[in-house]
Amino acid sequence: MNVLVCVKRVPDPGARIELAAGDQAIETRKLGFTIGPHEECAVEEAVRLIEKLGGSATVLTLGPADAEEQLRDSMAVGADRGILLETEGDDWDPAQTAAAIVAAIRAAERQGSRFDLFLFGNESADAGGFQVGIRVAQALDLPCITGVKRLEAQANKVLARREIATGWEVYEVGLPALLTVREGLNSPRHPSFRSLMAARKKPIERSRPERDPVGLELLRLRLPPDRGTSAEMLGEGKAAVPRVIEVLKELGVLQA
Amino acid sequence: MILAFIEGERNPISPLCLQALTFARELAAGQGMPLEAVAFEREAGDLPGVLQRHGVSRIHRVEHPRLDDYAPEAWAKALAQLMDRARPQFVLAAATDRGNEILARVAAVKNLPMAANCIGWAPGSPPVVVRQRWGGSLLEEAALHAVPPLLTVAPHAVEVREIETQMEASLETFSPVLEEKDFRVRVVAREETHPEGVSLRTASVVVGGGRGVGSADGFRVLEELASLLGAAVGGSRVATNNGWRTHAQQIGLTGNRIAPDLYIACGISGAIQHYVGCKGSKNILVINQDREAPFFRRATHGVVGDLHEVLPALIEEIRRIKT
Repeated sequence: MNVLVCVKRVPDPGARIELAAGDQAIETRKLGFTIGPHEECAVEEAVRLIEKLGGSATVLTLGPADAEEQLRDSMAVGADRGILLETEGDDWDPAQTAAAIVAAIRAAERQGSRFDLFLFGNESADAGGFQVGIRVAQALDLPCITGVKRLEAQANKVLARREIATGWEVYEVGLPALLTVREGLNSPRHPSFRSLMAARKKPIERSRPERDPVGLELLRLRLPPDRGTSAEMLGEGKAAVPRVIEVLKELGVLQA
Repeated sequence: MILAFIEGERNPISPLCLQALTFARELAAGQGMPLEAVAFEREAGDLPGVLQRHGVSRIHRVEHPRLDDYAPEAWAKALAQLMDRARPQFVLAAATDRGNEILARVAAVKNLPMAANCIGWAPGSPPVVVRQRWGGSLLEEAALHAVPPLLTVAPHAVEVREIETQMEASLETFSPVLEEKDFRVRVVAREETHPEGVSLRTASVVVGGGRGVGSADGFRVLEELASLLGAAVGGSRVATNNGWRTHAQQIGLTGNRIAPDLYIACGISGAIQHYVGCKGSKNILVINQDREAPFFRRATHGVVGDLHEVLPALIEEIRRIKT
């Protein structure tokens, strides 16, 4: 089983967001970077699959030169090699991103790579476009299951489950296939010191992708108006209970 | 014409879908265009009546013998074919799993831009939308350079409103041309595993727990409070990553977005990742030992204290009132 996982370098999800001058990007000087929680699960799943079925895991990202850090992180938990589609670090829209990934996959296949399974996050943690994986699947004519939270893979097919309000939808498709996955699929491992060292020696291919015309053009970012409320403090410890009861009654949660 | 995609997951029409319809109707009015809808549901109940009350003038009902259960490629192909015939200027859906998937797939098939989780728009050429990034903690204004652009409407971006003077909606059947290959991805089985408890996404009261709960056992006191209030129970990412709650019960960027009348958040510091999942709540009561917890600055009510002291006392008092 050869797996290609696509990831995106994003600021740590817990970080406080501030805008950079020009309002076209967020201020990143003080931020740490990571890949999104969905993608951490995608990398982990790829590594588990090749541990079980053999084969190799390749991790691909489109982003600035610094996105090498996210490829190394992914290789430290078991991916074999990396592909970096290097940009100037500005925002690529989902269709541009997908087209560059498709071109890179075709180039890798021309050089003899064969991928059985393509894994993406269901949506990126930052832009949240919900479409790059689907666009890649369409261009490569691959069956695509989105929002996967349980996966059973065999050499030639996958059984995938997507969670809905009442339970699970079950899908089955033959390989090759493309899946977009969600956090909860597995518990990603942490790298060891040795694996971090080993990842520094693993190969990364770098190239500059071609850029299609923009379809969804980022004009400006802004912070939403703050809720601006400061909580009405109802008291401390058990002593707050009578006021909490009054509030529950005021809100109609408890019968007055 | 503005075309709204109506999904249905057994229920004829969901609140999120009605919100998207309200958004679509305001867009249609702003553009001086009629609003039409496309529905895939076979047992739609009084769908025409509901859509009429939301200003829909024509309903395209998609009919095909094989469209019995969800099959994203077939649904998207059918929608793309309808778009070729009906020529909408915008296509909208609710930003649900299905709404996002179907519109993204149509966007891929027809090489159109798609903007997920929109909360607003501005007229012009090209049109501009305001959409959520980071689960709504950052907003993006984006221009859409193709016709028709595809938009999904963020949950709780607008309040559902029906129209006052409704007109009769015409009902048309649309029969797409589909092949066997369009059904290679489809639901082959369903597993109804989630207990019929109060649903997090629709509950009017939610009790949530985080790091401060301390263990899976620690959630018992939250469940007890929830059962007294008819509330749903959820957890922060810390609670689900530690296995104290299932991932399906996560509230946050990578879990559920909730919008109850009251959210009681226990032992949760209120990081952005969590807050974006609950910011639709009308009232937030935070119970936390740490008086510096950032959640207090975003809550409507706060109690400084250990949830394992406050909740048992609160439960006892509610029991006393109820008997």
